[in-house]
Amino acid sequence: MAHDSLYAAPTTAEAEPGAGRLAGLRGLVGSWDAVIVAALVVVVLVASLTVENFASGRNAQFLLLDLMPLALIALPMTLIVITGEIDLSVASMVGLCSTLMGQLWLSSGLSLELICVLVVLLGAVLGAVNGLFVTGFGLPSLAVTIGTLALYRGMSFVVLGDQAVADFPADWTAAVVRAIPGTSIPVVVVPLLLLAVVFGVVLHATAAGRALYAMGNNDQAATFTGVSVARTKFWLFVVSGAVCGLVGIFWTLRYASARGDNATGLELTVVTAVLLGGVSIFGGRGALLGVVAGVLLLGVLRNALQLADVDANALTIVTGSLLIASVVLPNAVADVRARLHRRRQRHAVAS
Amino acid sequence: MSAYRRGLRVGATSLALAALLLNAACGGTTRDNSTDDPGAGNQASGAANPDAAIKAGLKIAFLPKALNNPYFTVSDNGGKDAVTEFKGEFKEVGPSEASASSQVSYINTLSQQGMDVIVTSANDPNAICGALNQAKAAGAKIVTFDSDTKPECRQIFVNQVTAEGIAENQVKLISQQIGGEGEIAILSATANATNQNAWIALMKTELTKPEYSKIKLVTVAYGNDDDQKSFQETQGLLQSYPNLKGIISPTTVGVAAAGRYLSGSQYKGKVKLTGLGTPNQMRQYVKDGTVDAFALWSPADLGYLAAYAGAALASGQITGAEGDKFKAGKLGEFTVGKDGVVILGPPTVFDKNNIDQFQF
Amino acid sequence: MSLTDAGAPERTAGNAPTDPGRQRRSRTERLLAVRELSLLIALGLLVLVTTLRNDRFLSGQSIKDLLLGCAILVILAVGQTLVIVTRNVDLSVGSILGLVAFATGSLFLSAPGTPWPVALVVGVALGALCGAVNGALIAVARVPALVITLGTLYAFRGVDYYWASGRQINAADMPPSFLRLGNQTVLGVPVLFVVALVVVAVVGFYLRSYRSGRELYAIGSEPAAARLSGIPVGRRVFAVFVASGALAGLAGVLYAARFGTLDAAAGTGLELQVVAAAVVGGVAIFGGSGSAYGAALGAVLLTTIGSSLAVLRIDPFWQQAVVGALILAAIGLDRLLALRVAARLRGRSAHGA
Repeated sequence: MAHDSLYAAPTTAEAEPGAGRLAGLRGLVGSWDAVIVAALVVVVLVASLTVENFASGRNAQFLLLDLMPLALIALPMTLIVITGEIDLSVASMVGLCSTLMGQLWLSSGLSLELICVLVVLLGAVLGAVNGLFVTGFGLPSLAVTIGTLALYRGMSFVVLGDQAVADFPADWTAAVVRAIPGTSIPVVVVPLLLLAVVFGVVLHATAAGRALYAMGNNDQAATFTGVSVARTKFWLFVVSGAVCGLVGIFWTLRYASARGDNATGLELTVVTAVLLGGVSIFGGRGALLGVVAGVLLLGVLRNALQLADVDANALTIVTGSLLIASVVLPNAVADVRARLHRRRQRHAVAS
Repeated sequence: MSAYRRGLRVGATSLALAALLLNAACGGTTRDNSTDDPGAGNQASGAANPDAAIKAGLKIAFLPKALNNPYFTVSDNGGKDAVTEFKGEFKEVGPSEASASSQVSYINTLSQQGMDVIVTSANDPNAICGALNQAKAAGAKIVTFDSDTKPECRQIFVNQVTAEGIAENQVKLISQQIGGEGEIAILSATANATNQNAWIALMKTELTKPEYSKIKLVTVAYGNDDDQKSFQETQGLLQSYPNLKGIISPTTVGVAAAGRYLSGSQYKGKVKLTGLGTPNQMRQYVKDGTVDAFALWSPADLGYLAAYAGAALASGQITGAEGDKFKAGKLGEFTVGKDGVVILGPPTVFDKNNIDQFQF
Repeated sequence: MSLTDAGAPERTAGNAPTDPGRQRRSRTERLLAVRELSLLIALGLLVLVTTLRNDRFLSGQSIKDLLLGCAILVILAVGQTLVIVTRNVDLSVGSILGLVAFATGSLFLSAPGTPWPVALVVGVALGALCGAVNGALIAVARVPALVITLGTLYAFRGVDYYWASGRQINAADMPPSFLRLGNQTVLGVPVLFVVALVVVAVVGFYLRSYRSGRELYAIGSEPAAARLSGIPVGRRVFAVFVASGALAGLAGVLYAARFGTLDAAAGTGLELQVVAAAVVGGVAIFGGSGSAYGAALGAVLLTTIGSSLAVLRIDPFWQQAVVGALILAAIGLDRLLALRVAARLRGRSAHGA
């Protein structure tokens, strides 16, 4: 199979030798992040003009804080999806890291600094377990991470039961929501931007990054280029786990509460944002910029709709529809284009 | 050319991001919020003025644990009735699933919208505290109902009933039903539900009284307020404790699930069940003889009282200090107790004679 | 031990044998039989251990409870088997179940005289409609079913929430004849379980003995090859999603009958258990192998674990972790078996040459 993704589309275009169509598809997907960026700009503009209280410093602060977990996890997820794999266990890793942090704080007597380091390491270990199952045993990442989604969430309930740990020092909990002096930009945006730049540079400007695309397109070809597919993927899962550890710390401190159900269901939002950002679920295509725009679009849209008093239930429908639209539209448009193209060719031949 | 296009794209995204950040940066000066305070509450932070009239046009928002919980639909409608009576603006918002983090985002939105009163039921006593304090700083009055936060994060907590009242009522009900002796078990919600644990602790104290000396509490099971889980736990209880005479389930989900299990099993009528349930959910089990009697407060009255408490706060009638008094429409006068707690009243007991008079 | 030996990152061998040669087919069947047998043994051990701790676990009442408890999951798992066999997945079943359950309640609420068979037909039709939406989107978008059904998981649930808007439907709103369906027994066996058994038998027989049933396996093993050999892949996959939706609809109606109390959250998160049941039951997540019987056994096993944890008074928080560990163990085992078979086949053809 050309890609490593498990669920090949039932009627993939691969079977048809339509080279023109594939090129059209690629051209379209190439411009998909432009579409998303444009949509983002439009939504921000419209919301600023029409939604009361949207364009204010306080709101931007709330919006950015709400976005943090999603944005952070989307970074490694982008790389993983580009290689043709997926990590559905991210939200459960956040939950488990959060409860482990709570349990350590509650009973170990270690300093919080040390606990934070330990939690990130623990996250990396959880990711390594995923990586081991996927690359070591050669199992499909979808199945493995559905398994660890349940396993890690279950373990996070085992760690703290249904208790919540909440007595974190106030200066720590205040620190994560603090704004840069003189502004209302949360301080935590700075490390996020740095991480985004690092991920962007690795993906788009290094040989390793190009190798990720090669893997997504064709595992075997990537192997021939001398890149160890298994090792690279393994480390991607480890990084994903470590970032989830970071998010676990952020989540715990922001809500001053370590509990087993923290971040439940976040994996769906992350996958939505990544796909919305133009990353192909088959792997091999996508850019970090598009994903950043996708994350922002999702966050701004939710925030604006909430401010405009749109029902939470409608928001659920909007999220689902956005996800479907972001995968159906590009293909449908490409289809129409290809059909037009073929007709034109036929005309050319006929005349 | 493609490099040029990419540059354009990078530019546009950074522009959008910059716009957001700029918004945030410009907002720096407004953080003290002295300007956009609707002025509704500030004078109230001084002394209470019991004679102040309830202001017209108060903006009151209800934020339940989750939108799709029927219990909260009923109580929020009670709140809506109250708000209509004193001519305020009512609004109900909330997440579709009960989680503390999404409640935080809604609290932020509400404070951003300049609400006068936020009435909420907390999914986590700590997690929403920061957001509530920010909302308070922005001029909103905070009332919690059903599930409290830490006392410093809100002005008033409208409690359905005292914990002692619940414990007394539940133990008395089960004792009457099993004839004053035998093994009983408790089917609770989640292991960290603050109110549940307080009630269970007090029930244990209540059971040490001499008149209950022949009743033995064998275990506490947790059904997580999940229907199937509660169902399975009931089943497990009956298998683990063959001599079980009665079950107390002080949670609406648990008691309905336990009722359903018992009514379809050989234990129907032999193992007694009581607890806190809604008449609509329990009607069938009362009529088919599975359940003799159970109790609950009126969720609609709870929302009604919470709305009035919020209005009284925002109008300066009360400040949330102990001893403050206010009138809550048809429910009469209430006094604020210790820690800003207002008690709705003793629970109503439902049995086959009166259950048809209640529709909620 | 041998897990590490088999650790080579080759994916191709993971596909079950695609050649419909008789010899291999019987081998696959034997493998499946081994799987079902080991599930039965696991189930037996679990019941034995629990019964030793508490002999009431095997009382008539308890067995009735178990059968009742697993019926809905069994139906969903069988529907999921149809989908997974074709190398797809349907994550929206929990949402479809919730939507149909609420629709059933609403139907009785607005037309109290409705006989229950009508409600059953309406529910199944609504489920099939949802499945058709999934199928059509997948056919149009040509993207993995995972993504589409993840989207409709949100969308169907959102519609359900929106419709219910916090209302609850109670047992008193539904006719007693309908509710009896949920608890009644025939010769001591709950009606719900009988329905589930019929579904298992029909789907199991279809998958095994019908041409189009066998074609589903071919599609899952190698979609491109299936297409080249003239199988209408698109139509089959569409049909499979309609069937999965219809079965979820059936499960929704039964859910309404059994639980009596309905709000919009019915069946939330069920998809994970369903996929777990199918995978534990030996349905290979990469398509092409597995049986309805295995999936049904997987569902029974998961339900029994839930019940016995409650009876053994083990911290219920372990349950989800156990489910996760089981999924990992099951796919690991499948991988191991597939590699063994592949190695043996290679060895044999080398001898032959």
